Amino acid sequence: MDQQVDVVVVGGGSTGCGVVRDLARRGLDAVLVEKGNLTHGTTGRMHGLLHSGGRYAVSDQKSAKECIEENRVLRDIAAHCVEETGGMFVKRPEDSEEYFQEKLEGCRACDIPVEVLDAEEARRREPYLARDIEKAIALPDGAVDPFRLCVSNAADAREHGARVETHAPVTDVLVEDGEVVGVEIEHETGPGKRVHREPGTTEEVRARHVVNATGAWAGNVGEMAGVDVEVRPSKGVMTVMNTRQVDTVVNRCRPKGDADIVVPHETACILGTTDEEVDDPEDYPEEDWEVDLMIETLSELVPALKDARTLRSFWGVRPLYEPPGTGTEDPTDITRDYFLLDHGGRDDLPGMTTIVGGKLTTYRMMAESISDHVCDLLGHEATCDTADAPLPGSESEARMEELMDDFGLRSPVARRSGQRLGSRADDVLSEQDPNPVVCNCEGVTRAEVQDAIGDAGSDLNAVRLRTRASMGNCQGGFCTHRIAAELAQEYPEPVVRDAEDELYQERWKGQRHALWGRQLSQAMLNHMLHATTMNRDGDPATLDDGVDFGAFDAGASAPGPGDGGDAGTAAADGGRADDDAATDGGRADDDAATDGGRAGDDATADGGIDGDR
Amino acid sequence: MAIDSDVLVVGGGLAAITAAISASREGADVRLVSHKASTLRQASGLIDALGYVPATEPATPLRDGPPTAGRELDRDEWPDPEGPLADPFEGIERLPETHPYRIVGGDALREGLDLFDELAGDAYRGSHTDRNALVPTFGGSVKPTARYPAAAEAGLASDDRPALIVGFRSLTEYDARAFAGRLEAAGVPFDVAGAEVEFAEAFRADAKVTRLAKALDHDEAIDATPAREALAKAVAPHLHDVVDETGGVDRVERVGFPAFLGDDRGDEVRAELADRLGADVFEIPMGPPSLPGLRLEDRLFDALDAEGVRFETGNPVVGIETESDGRVETVAVDRNGRETPYGADAFVLATGGLVGKGLDSDREGVREPVFDLHVEQPADRYEWFVDDAFGDQPYARFGVRPDERARPVGGDGEAQYPNVFAAGGVVGGADAAREKSASGVSLATGIVAGRQAATEATQ
Repeated sequence: MDQQVDVVVVGGGSTGCGVVRDLARRGLDAVLVEKGNLTHGTTGRMHGLLHSGGRYAVSDQKSAKECIEENRVLRDIAAHCVEETGGMFVKRPEDSEEYFQEKLEGCRACDIPVEVLDAEEARRREPYLARDIEKAIALPDGAVDPFRLCVSNAADAREHGARVETHAPVTDVLVEDGEVVGVEIEHETGPGKRVHREPGTTEEVRARHVVNATGAWAGNVGEMAGVDVEVRPSKGVMTVMNTRQVDTVVNRCRPKGDADIVVPHETACILGTTDEEVDDPEDYPEEDWEVDLMIETLSELVPALKDARTLRSFWGVRPLYEPPGTGTEDPTDITRDYFLLDHGGRDDLPGMTTIVGGKLTTYRMMAESISDHVCDLLGHEATCDTADAPLPGSESEARMEELMDDFGLRSPVARRSGQRLGSRADDVLSEQDPNPVVCNCEGVTRAEVQDAIGDAGSDLNAVRLRTRASMGNCQGGFCTHRIAAELAQEYPEPVVRDAEDELYQERWKGQRHALWGRQLSQAMLNHMLHATTMNRDGDPATLDDGVDFGAFDAGASAPGPGDGGDAGTAAADGGRADDDAATDGGRADDDAATDGGRAGDDATADGGIDGDR
Repeated sequence: MAIDSDVLVVGGGLAAITAAISASREGADVRLVSHKASTLRQASGLIDALGYVPATEPATPLRDGPPTAGRELDRDEWPDPEGPLADPFEGIERLPETHPYRIVGGDALREGLDLFDELAGDAYRGSHTDRNALVPTFGGSVKPTARYPAAAEAGLASDDRPALIVGFRSLTEYDARAFAGRLEAAGVPFDVAGAEVEFAEAFRADAKVTRLAKALDHDEAIDATPAREALAKAVAPHLHDVVDETGGVDRVERVGFPAFLGDDRGDEVRAELADRLGADVFEIPMGPPSLPGLRLEDRLFDALDAEGVRFETGNPVVGIETESDGRVETVAVDRNGRETPYGADAFVLATGGLVGKGLDSDREGVREPVFDLHVEQPADRYEWFVDDAFGDQPYARFGVRPDERARPVGGDGEAQYPNVFAAGGVVGGADAAREKSASGVSLATGIVAGRQAATEATQ
């Protein structure tokens, strides 16, 4: 039975999640549909900066003011998604003094609290800054976890009656009598949670209004409705370092430029970025010069980056938009402001509104504005409370110390769990006993993984986004199979295997851009572990041809295989003592299990590492 | 004052030990130096020779140019490998010409395995036949291997006795039910069930396998029950979990555990469990830290000692001195910050591959850091990989290229130093992971490099 609702929101990024939450809280019957995971598009591919507005304080003060306003809101309603790192704009000798002053004045004009630091103070706060920096402006930039933010918005929407469908791409926009009346979606594995190997289905979701919040993909959805939405997608690279070289957001204080920001994020630092217009948001080259540029240019600010280990790189596409006829040449000059396109007024096609442009920091404000617009159109009277109502997980301070005691977790693990789960920590962690760590790099326990599986089905990339499992140094080498094993309580073996393969291949994608030095060693170690020891590439369970088990050695005491060529087996067996295995060698401590670096560093020898040598 | 020997082996893994013993048996005076503890402890303990001939040509065209966002991986991009091979020797001729087996020859593999059999003694099985065994490992798949620890013998997949796979709720490496399901999917000729039991809960969450092994070694009391008895009791209710194809219940005849059944007294632990359960007991090779790997490491170093090879660990080789005729005269060993020259008539490099740091790399290229030997590689680092994680990865084949005497050759195909030989992971040309050939390559190149080094030194 196809569904009739008030609003269907297309796109599970920050904007779409924010909109569906807002609408649901206002009492409208809303559905969110997303073609991949939540955050699958641009939101999941950003550097995690919670803007103070400083970045736009010279070029775009309207955006800057919105940023600082929303920055304050998110610290409040999404405390468990935000790390209040603080930030600074750092001036090197070759950077313009005039611009430094403009930045300072611009921030003040936008009500962004600033403090000028001399070089000594800046380096006291961030010891890895280059020795020759001149000064810096400190301001309240922060780090935000976009996955957690979106998931919390979606969860809140669901609590308020909304339906959230992921892995459900829109295949058609339904237009009847010159009006948009809904969308057709294709469920990759049937409605609800994604489960590998379940057959797909198609569904029509009929709605009084459709919100197109697909960002860089807005043109594709527009096309299905027969309207032009000219998004100008622009790609940017982000390079993930294996550790936090800085604990505050470090920006280069100069006019626009590539490679001018380092954002500390969880256990890592993310270097960004480039800005290059692309034709297709799903098909553009990811090139090595972009990665090189991040490392070379940002090491002018933080020299330690030059030889540091990078884990992976990823690219995102900005959904830049400018009104037809503006004709800006350079994508870096296109406004970062957002636009609400009412297709009724604009294209004489009522029933659909598109939102494009904007940035994650102001997602809530954008959602409020589009929800106001939709409510107006539908004649629905309700006030927006999303600036005041905390998101699930941020209702109260997480009780880290108590958690440590309550759940017997070693302290760093408890702290990490507490940070990720916020006020949900109690409920989640008490579900599993025993509760071993599944991902050592990120300190993710079974309880968190099971909680995420309950939410996301057999989709381990969705589990990853919710928990950070497999996002550390080993990039899944030591944990994809362990995360997959957690599925076995609920799902049959082939589902477990497919889910594991999918996660492993996804982790490989980003590592391709970090394949040198220690991460190349890690990649080799992962290859050895998964191919040599686990034989994931040659597993008879996945090969097309069957195996003649009788042709293989069945043990010295077993009758030899058909050819009778293995004489003397019985004697051999009889003559053997049972395993007198091994003297106790000094035990290798395995603190390393998560870090191939160890593997690399420990190893002298002949690729012994590899599983079998 | 230089420290001299006929042959100096650099490295401490299977290839280095094989080379050292092989050289010693040719009458050479041999010394071995290795930097850090051997990586054998991270190995599963299985001794592979050749399990597959993997595809080196894609079935569908690969991308042209840099990786692109959003490209969906074609799961059939790489054809299935040829295998698993029942006979490791018969596949050698179908490997690429630059493969070390093709260069040093299949006889070297056979000799290497013979030497291994002698060194490993009754702790290892498989020498009664040329055929590979299929051993279930912790991912739940079976893999072809030439030699396996005696502790793993009752688990062979060609054995048709019904089996129970035991997993532990507090160990996250595998889930026993999925493990059993995967064996069934592979079409194994026996009925199998998996059971997740409680036992390790008595230990702190995340207790290491070495801790569990110790508890079983010493039969420590767990809530007043000796550990072995407690483990048997936890498993006993599941001995009839196996259902055959007609729906009948079978009593299992063998029970598999993660490889933590004791360390010093593994045989005793297995025997007692077998007795209590009335079924054979086997260990499933695991990832790092690996008890079978640790046991093998201990055994091999004992063998080295017994052979009269002097060895020292903890000191890296940081430089070399050559003579005017191009021979290497000494290598500099860093001993607590002081460089000491070690002289020898011949040198064997067995420092490992990318993981063991026998090969080093940065964004510009891959190099061999000790002798700065030639490492063939594409100039563009974006040609070091393919998009399928399990495809024919160029990086997996990185390493020095040996001649038939195991001497690394330069870009011109000539030996770079007349008295330097290479063995093991530092040798390129094999995709040991996909071929399941890692140990075999170490043994084959180790035996040739050791022998040739001794010949060179004693000439």
